Amino acid sequence: MVEHGDIRVVHRGGSKINFREPVITNDSRFLLCVSGECVKVFSTSTEECVHDLRGHTDLVTGVLLKPSNHLQVYSCSADGTVRLWDFTDGILIKTYTIGYPVYSIYASANHEGVIFIVTHTLSDKRSELFQLVAVHLPQSGDQLVEAGELSAVLNDVSSNPSSIVFGKGGEYIASAKGLQLEVFFFKKQKSYRFSLKEDNKKGGKNTFTCVACHQKDDCIATGHEDGKIRLWRNFNHKKEYTYSTLHWHHSAVSSLCFTPEGTNLLSGGLESVLVQWRYNQESQRDFLPRLGSAITHIAVSPDGALFCTSHSDNKITIIQSCVKVSAVIQGLVKGESVRTDLMVDPRSKSLVLNGKPGHLQFYSLQRDKLLYNLDIVQQEYIHESGLEQFEVVKAAFDASGNWLATVEERKQKVAELEFNLKLWAFDEQTQSFVLNTTISAPHEARITAMCFCQATDSPTTMLVSTSKDGHFKAWQLTAPAHTEDEGPSWSCDFVGAYHGLVPECCCFSADGSLLAVSFQEVVTVWSPTSWELLTTLSQPPKAIRDLCFGRLSCSKYLLGTTASDLLCCWNLLTCSLEWSTSMDVSLLLADPLTENMAAFCCQAGSTDLFVFKPSEPRPVFSLKAVCSGKVTRAIFAPREQMLECCEESSQWLNCSQLYFLTQYMDLMTFTTKAEEDRLMASSKQLVIDGSVAMTPFYLLLGKHRQQENEDPLSDLSAERTAPLQSSAALKELLQTPAHVLPSTAFLCSIFVQSLLISVTDAREENKQAEEEMDSEKEEEDSDEELEYSNPRPEQALVGESAAPALTKVQLRELRRVKKLDHSWLAGLLHS
Amino acid sequence: MASFKPTKIQVYPKLGEKVTQDTLYWKNYKAPVQIKEFGAISNIDFSPVAPHNFAVTAFTRIHIYGPFSQEPVKTFTRFKDTAYCGRFRADGQLLVAGCEDSVVRLFDVSGKVALRMFKGHTKAVHVADFTSDRYQILTGSDDYTCRLWDIPNATELNTYQEHTDYIRCGVTSKLNRDLFITGSYDHTLKLFDARADKSVMTMDHGQPVESLLLYPSEGLLVSAGGRHVKVWDLLKGGQPLVSLKNHHKTVTCLCLSSSGQRLLSASLDRHVKVYNTTNYKVVHNFDYAASILSLALAPDDESIVVGMTNSILSIKHRKSLEESKEISSQQRRRPSYRVIVKGKNFVPKQDDYLVSKPVKQHLAKYDKQLKQFNVTKALDAALETWTRLRKPEITVAVMKELDRRGTLKNALAGRDEQGLARLLNFLIGNLVDPRFAPVLVTVAEMILDIYLSVIGQSSVVDRQLLRLQELLEREINYQQDLLEVLGMLDTMFASSLPRKEVPCPSISRANGLAQREASASRQLLQAT
Repeated sequence: MVEHGDIRVVHRGGSKINFREPVITNDSRFLLCVSGECVKVFSTSTEECVHDLRGHTDLVTGVLLKPSNHLQVYSCSADGTVRLWDFTDGILIKTYTIGYPVYSIYASANHEGVIFIVTHTLSDKRSELFQLVAVHLPQSGDQLVEAGELSAVLNDVSSNPSSIVFGKGGEYIASAKGLQLEVFFFKKQKSYRFSLKEDNKKGGKNTFTCVACHQKDDCIATGHEDGKIRLWRNFNHKKEYTYSTLHWHHSAVSSLCFTPEGTNLLSGGLESVLVQWRYNQESQRDFLPRLGSAITHIAVSPDGALFCTSHSDNKITIIQSCVKVSAVIQGLVKGESVRTDLMVDPRSKSLVLNGKPGHLQFYSLQRDKLLYNLDIVQQEYIHESGLEQFEVVKAAFDASGNWLATVEERKQKVAELEFNLKLWAFDEQTQSFVLNTTISAPHEARITAMCFCQATDSPTTMLVSTSKDGHFKAWQLTAPAHTEDEGPSWSCDFVGAYHGLVPECCCFSADGSLLAVSFQEVVTVWSPTSWELLTTLSQPPKAIRDLCFGRLSCSKYLLGTTASDLLCCWNLLTCSLEWSTSMDVSLLLADPLTENMAAFCCQAGSTDLFVFKPSEPRPVFSLKAVCSGKVTRAIFAPREQMLECCEESSQWLNCSQLYFLTQYMDLMTFTTKAEEDRLMASSKQLVIDGSVAMTPFYLLLGKHRQQENEDPLSDLSAERTAPLQSSAALKELLQTPAHVLPSTAFLCSIFVQSLLISVTDAREENKQAEEEMDSEKEEEDSDEELEYSNPRPEQALVGESAAPALTKVQLRELRRVKKLDHSWLAGLLHS
Repeated sequence: MASFKPTKIQVYPKLGEKVTQDTLYWKNYKAPVQIKEFGAISNIDFSPVAPHNFAVTAFTRIHIYGPFSQEPVKTFTRFKDTAYCGRFRADGQLLVAGCEDSVVRLFDVSGKVALRMFKGHTKAVHVADFTSDRYQILTGSDDYTCRLWDIPNATELNTYQEHTDYIRCGVTSKLNRDLFITGSYDHTLKLFDARADKSVMTMDHGQPVESLLLYPSEGLLVSAGGRHVKVWDLLKGGQPLVSLKNHHKTVTCLCLSSSGQRLLSASLDRHVKVYNTTNYKVVHNFDYAASILSLALAPDDESIVVGMTNSILSIKHRKSLEESKEISSQQRRRPSYRVIVKGKNFVPKQDDYLVSKPVKQHLAKYDKQLKQFNVTKALDAALETWTRLRKPEITVAVMKELDRRGTLKNALAGRDEQGLARLLNFLIGNLVDPRFAPVLVTVAEMILDIYLSVIGQSSVVDRQLLRLQELLEREINYQQDLLEVLGMLDTMFASSLPRKEVPCPSISRANGLAQREASASRQLLQAT
């Protein structure tokens, strides 16, 4: 970052949206959820992201509607602030500084001006103990407010936000931790504790996982580790409390929620079934099964019409009255690890990687949106922990995007490995992939690598898979042998081996004329047309880890990395080693559009990036400490439109963009300064209303509003008030860190200009007034009302001078404008 | 909310022949009529005129059969020795035949005594044919000569003495009266022109030539000799076009189908192969009981007549249209197509309001139980008699699915004697099937684990367990034998394949490292 200040590593999309419970607004139109360092506002009907509420500098840990104003929302963050937002316009109203990292936030309508937050125990910041603190929000007009008036309410609470909840009318607050439920009554200023035994007789675990309170009745529902739900009553007496037990879930209950009227209790867990219990008739249950993956949070809209559930696969489902899934907001699914490589679908230019179990997800990088999930395994997923399921472990696209090859495998404890190779053809009609061939047990042992021939001009394509059984196989599309209705399918064309060694990786040259397969420390080069072994290259003593052919003008080079921290480059014309260098390359990949290659090197716990051309000795670009930990997955994604950057160090980003996954499964990319500027400019043009659903009401009134918008009068008023808040230049100036800004002297004039209200505005207004008077005068003798509602004299003038023929209407307009001109121009001149 | 995904039933490739247009065509013959002759049947020839009788030359006789008779309609017995090559003239009136006693005889089809006797050859005459002008006869003999005879005068017109071995086949052109081709045991084919004194074209077949065939266009010539069938382009000066080697014994006879699209070859290896004449691939194959010496197809492929060395004449007649229809009418018992698609292909009109109804997912019985997590009931449903016997792959797929869900043991446990017997029966029937073995072995192990304690309480179950044990022992022995054979094959292949050096020019130079010996020792390619 020191050498190349204009290239930065940035997070790109795919942040978690299931981290905390989402919130549905009072009118059920919007859904707010935390997502990394911002709060996202989604439309509940169109699933589009309407706003990003940006401002926090650390992970946002909670979001809550302000009880006294349903158009404002609190958000708390680990950066030690609580912010108040207007979510309909996406404006930050106030920032309360707490000074301690905040883990969750609660409020009640009965406690005006007080919010309750969970922080570390105040005395000891580093301990693992948390406490619930009441914060009195000072009434002040300033934007930035210090909230210092803290008073502890409960000590030793859980940091899990679903384990604390306000009771009926805010009279008491219930908190569960471990095996203890604590209820604090505000009136009495007294708390009661109820404990459960460690294990009951049947061996179930009684640990509390979540708590919910009935809003009309004195009843607390608690969820437990063993899948039980307990309903506590009569808890305002220390001794005479009672509870009843409900049991349906087979594993831990992760979320509980009462509907606002209190008629139903909703629960969910690993089974991914939303269960609706009737309050007081608990034997009656309704189920909504197969929601996709484990439920982590449940929220209900204030009117009770919408439920929403967040799931462990980064998904929020919106459900209409417990019967119908009406919308699904899906983020980038990130499992514990991505078994397949990152890939780019050549057709949709979307990123492809493991998604839900047994699926491949297609994720649009440009729009930061999941396009669709492709079901590879096509089996019913059983939601049960400890069960081995089929997983997609390898996938590859051919150059044109017509074929997709996937490998799925399942390892049982006792039986042997089960795995299938599947080939999918792209179907133009459905715009999706359709299963063409399934090959069960294509090899005798696990497949180590798989690649398609990347030559674009050849009519038939070829797939090569290498396996631990010491063979590599070439698969080819063959027409059916006989005249039948079935289409072409894939079959094995060639089986190759080399001294019984295990092949590790394979790679086709760019024109498809050579195939390189590495067998431990030996690289064998084959001709795919005749299946002749052309030559062998080797670089002892360690095994080859990665192989890659150069592209375009560097296609004569073959690059490989070995386990002994060596990066080698062979020249295939002379069959000799061109150069080699000692570095611990964890990942080597080639840009398909240019000659550039990228190497991620792991050094002292962090990763460095080198971008180089195989033919040149010096790297094109290098960046130290890209991220901590090892980078094992990366991809060059082609850009939609080329960047025209002439700076030498950032030229390599012109054609394609480099994305990589860090150890913690964050998707990162490199951006240049120019690109960021362009992004900033485009984000200003985003029209919010476009993504809000069309309602019949909108159809009636929306048109009217649009007309109004066009009216210069209203335009003017908007312009008058806007500059301070919405000028992008200002915002950018204030929010960009000082060290990346140009010198102050350079910025000064721009800054001052942006603050000025332009002179033309004043004139315009003047003119408007005159015009209006004029139009009133002429109203009697003119029936062309339409003309007046939209007077734009200056534009009209320009248009007329350009147009050769004048219509009657235009003529009249011109005359009117001429008449106008004199009066206000004269006035101005005199002044 | 995703819908329930039904259990995936693995589709296994169908074993055996693929059904193609060709197999349908060539299988559409009735069961063969077999007639015992007096000796090996050396030649069969169909009369070119209706009703297409055919002459069968066997030992010292020539029989003429009608198209549907099983008894000969006419017999020529005036041969002193073995007769050869009884052929009809183009008008179907005359028949010529060679003989072991070197005399060529000409018969009237309706008469009995030979009309003419052509004497001049010194050894057996195996080839006799009419030229296309109908007034001459071509003969080829074991005295290495072929001759042309004039029918009216019974005189010899010309003698060609170019072959250096027995002449065993010959064919005359149907378009030109002067051209004829002979094939000989000296491996050559010779094209003669009666207007010239010498052969005009010579082709080398490579093996003793047994049979010749001219295409109707007479641009291509097919010769059979040894195991090879070769096609020659006469218009390009006798250039070889294709060489086919699909038989494993000498090919004895060639024949074209009526359309000219298929070529048939018969061989001593008891097969008749049908080739596609566009790509010369074998599209069908007939098996016969003995080595085949002669083969003929009736016009329009109405019947296939094959003569064999064990003196049996086999005649297959094509199934008539009514017969093939009969079969299809038997199948038509289902409701008519109209009933099935009723209302489904209705196209909504412009103003119609479409009420969409959710499509109900149809689930099989076992899937319904699986959806409810009723594992035992699901297995019961999959073990129903019809499924178990007709579609074992469904039963196995359900077992596999239960195994994947980790509930197979629960499903197998708690069965009574009858249920267990049924399960064991299924195992005995399918355990050694390589398609099902991986799943069923797990099932068998689980059953033994679960029911170990009750062994000895029921005689039915015990008997079945013993049978299972027997079956497994037999299978193990069988697998052992197979492995032995595989080992033998490996050694044979290893010794027969030539070893090849891999070009590996500069490894040691480029690396310059101490591992030179290691890389040098790895330069042999394992060519499998």
